[in-house]
Amino acid sequence: MDFDLTDDQKLLTDSVSKLLADRYTFEARKGFQKQPEGWSPDMWGQFADMGLLGLPFDEAYGGFGGGAVDVMLVMEQFGKALVLEPYLATVVLAGTALRLAGTEAQKSALLPEIVGGALKMAFAHGEQGSRYDLSDVQTTARPAGDGWVLDGAKAVVLHGGSADKLVVSARTAGDRNDRDGITLFLVDADAKGVGRRSYQLRDGTRAAEVSLSAVQVGADAVLGRVGGAYPVISRVVEAGISALAAEVVGGMDKMLDVTLEYLRTRHQFGKAIGENQVLQHKAADMLMSLEQGRSMSMLAAMMVDEPDDAERERNIAMAKVGVGQAGKFVSQNAVQLHGGIGMTEEYVIGHYFRRAMMFDHSFGDTAYYLAKLASQVQ
Amino acid sequence: MDLRFTPEEIAWRDEVRTFINENLPPEIRERMRLGYAPTKQETITWQRILNKKGWACPGWPAEFGGAAWTPIQRMIFTEENQAAPAPELNGFNITMLGPVLAHFGTPEQKAYFLPRAANLDDWWCQGFSEPGAGSDLASLKTAAKREGDFYIVNGQKIWTSTAHHADWIFALVRTDPNARKKQEGISFLLIDMKTPGITVRPIISIDGSHHLNEVFFDDVKVPVHQRIYEENRGWDVAKYLLGNERTGIARLGKSRANLNFAMDVARNVRAGGAPLIEDPGFRQRVAQIQVDLKALELTQMRVIAAASKKSDGKPDPFSSILKVKGTELLQATSELVMDTGGPMAMPIWASELNALGNEPIAPEWAGYMAAPYLMLRAASIYGGTNEIQRNILNKAVLRL
Repeated sequence: MDFDLTDDQKLLTDSVSKLLADRYTFEARKGFQKQPEGWSPDMWGQFADMGLLGLPFDEAYGGFGGGAVDVMLVMEQFGKALVLEPYLATVVLAGTALRLAGTEAQKSALLPEIVGGALKMAFAHGEQGSRYDLSDVQTTARPAGDGWVLDGAKAVVLHGGSADKLVVSARTAGDRNDRDGITLFLVDADAKGVGRRSYQLRDGTRAAEVSLSAVQVGADAVLGRVGGAYPVISRVVEAGISALAAEVVGGMDKMLDVTLEYLRTRHQFGKAIGENQVLQHKAADMLMSLEQGRSMSMLAAMMVDEPDDAERERNIAMAKVGVGQAGKFVSQNAVQLHGGIGMTEEYVIGHYFRRAMMFDHSFGDTAYYLAKLASQVQ
Repeated sequence: MDLRFTPEEIAWRDEVRTFINENLPPEIRERMRLGYAPTKQETITWQRILNKKGWACPGWPAEFGGAAWTPIQRMIFTEENQAAPAPELNGFNITMLGPVLAHFGTPEQKAYFLPRAANLDDWWCQGFSEPGAGSDLASLKTAAKREGDFYIVNGQKIWTSTAHHADWIFALVRTDPNARKKQEGISFLLIDMKTPGITVRPIISIDGSHHLNEVFFDDVKVPVHQRIYEENRGWDVAKYLLGNERTGIARLGKSRANLNFAMDVARNVRAGGAPLIEDPGFRQRVAQIQVDLKALELTQMRVIAAASKKSDGKPDPFSSILKVKGTELLQATSELVMDTGGPMAMPIWASELNALGNEPIAPEWAGYMAAPYLMLRAASIYGGTNEIQRNILNKAVLRL
């Protein structure tokens, strides 16, 4: 058991942190948000140059052969700066699907493109009726000639609007909630029959509603085994949870810092409000929540590649609950301790608050995972 | 970064578990599983078994019987011992007095007291708190006046755990009432409980048990050679003592044992026509506790991993997180135990049963369900209240 970072990992953390401190100020971020994509292609190029886009991929594809801990370190820094770019969608979600299920040909064609920054991808799985149930897929794919034809709709596809290629799940057999019979397809975002309506989420990042209407794809578009995508989807979501958990930890870290600074400088009744013990204790509670959340984020990262399915799923579920609850506690109290200014669009805290809020609704909320854990109690 | 135990750590855990299984007297284990606090004799029996094995005072320097375990090995031992459940090592002897003697004691003090403390030949208790000195410990007033080779001690200590079992007490006393600062003018004395002038009065706590006491000192003569370290420098000794050995402060093994006990009972009681363990509300509480246990387990590992890297000997302020979160879990798990008992948590069966000649009139577990809940309300009060821990976090980390 050890919690040490390698020299490479320390270097990675420092360089990402430095880049973001220089280039990703709160003001700069507002500018990025106004760009057509809703994020900065220039920063995306910087991430590519630094090797961040190739972090979890094998060296054979131009990657750096890193693991979930490396992704965790990067995401934590991203969380501190509220990074808008489609790293989670492209590198973590679609990237994990490709890593786990891609053929040699698919990986050699796509991964180097991701690593270089040219290819953005999105993971189009959830549907309006599916809530958090990963096996609830109504989009269909039926065989046609050598290939397939897809019909259906995907909801809240993170960065679906700026993606060049989508990983789409569709039912090729079975009933609505069956785990068997789901297949993943690689679909060009501008293919005939693909409709995308892009919009902003509550936290300022982008997502899209994707419609698929008689979309034709070839046999080589199938990612993984026909009808056997469920375990892959599940692993993709776990990787997503791990990465997002780290992002929330970075955000909590920042929220606590900003709040402490406010408590030191805001004066009422002739003294800094941080001199009030009731506020000191609230801040201590935030610190404890943050550190418990950080522990759970580490747990998630270290469990993402655990081969024992039950062990991995259980620990990731616990991490999701732990980080979700910590994120809620820290963000709610960050707003509370700021008072009125914490409610404003103009000030930073509300933006972190909304990011933490999004986490709970991504890939299953606290109630969902607590119920899942509860069902295993016997 | 790797969370998993190394093969060596797993081997160590198995070695500890096997030793406990083979050597812990079954009747002690069973009583503790039912929620009984170990008796004095049970604690002595088990500590002597461990001492014979060389495991009673792992944190002490090797020359006094220490085992040179890594912090992780120590954590593993502590948790296996708590989870067994086995009596915990007498903390006054092992984690409080021992390191203090090894660090500040004279060669004579070390040679006499340390082996006896390890083997629990002397049962120690701690005379720190006073009626007017709780969280504000340095305002203590118990006076020790020097007369030749003796101190004459007068005053009162309170909340003295196991003073009624104790052979000796280590106490903070005021040797200079005119000191500039209240922290100055305090000395650290070792006092034989058989000395004339000492009176121990029980305090019965809300769980009905006798664990706490008041200790009165009335012209108690204490030889000067029983002082640890310099006169009026006792506060340094106390700080060293309080900062020492924070591993195990979270008492995760104890919380796990509580949770396991609640789940055992829940499999055997019915609620709404099915075992309680299948009740969604019950399961949800268990799941939340499991999540919180997991988080603290990891935070504790982080603190321990950091401890094995640093050598300045200063306490890690993050051990305050372990204290607060660990005691919250002790309280949550003991509350779960009580609620699992349902109406059967209300009677005090033990005394009733004794009066009836020990005829079993209720399930074995009934009557033990509420005692830990009552007793563990103290967990967020002792060892520095959880509010004081937040003050520590503020002072050391937040700096508001």
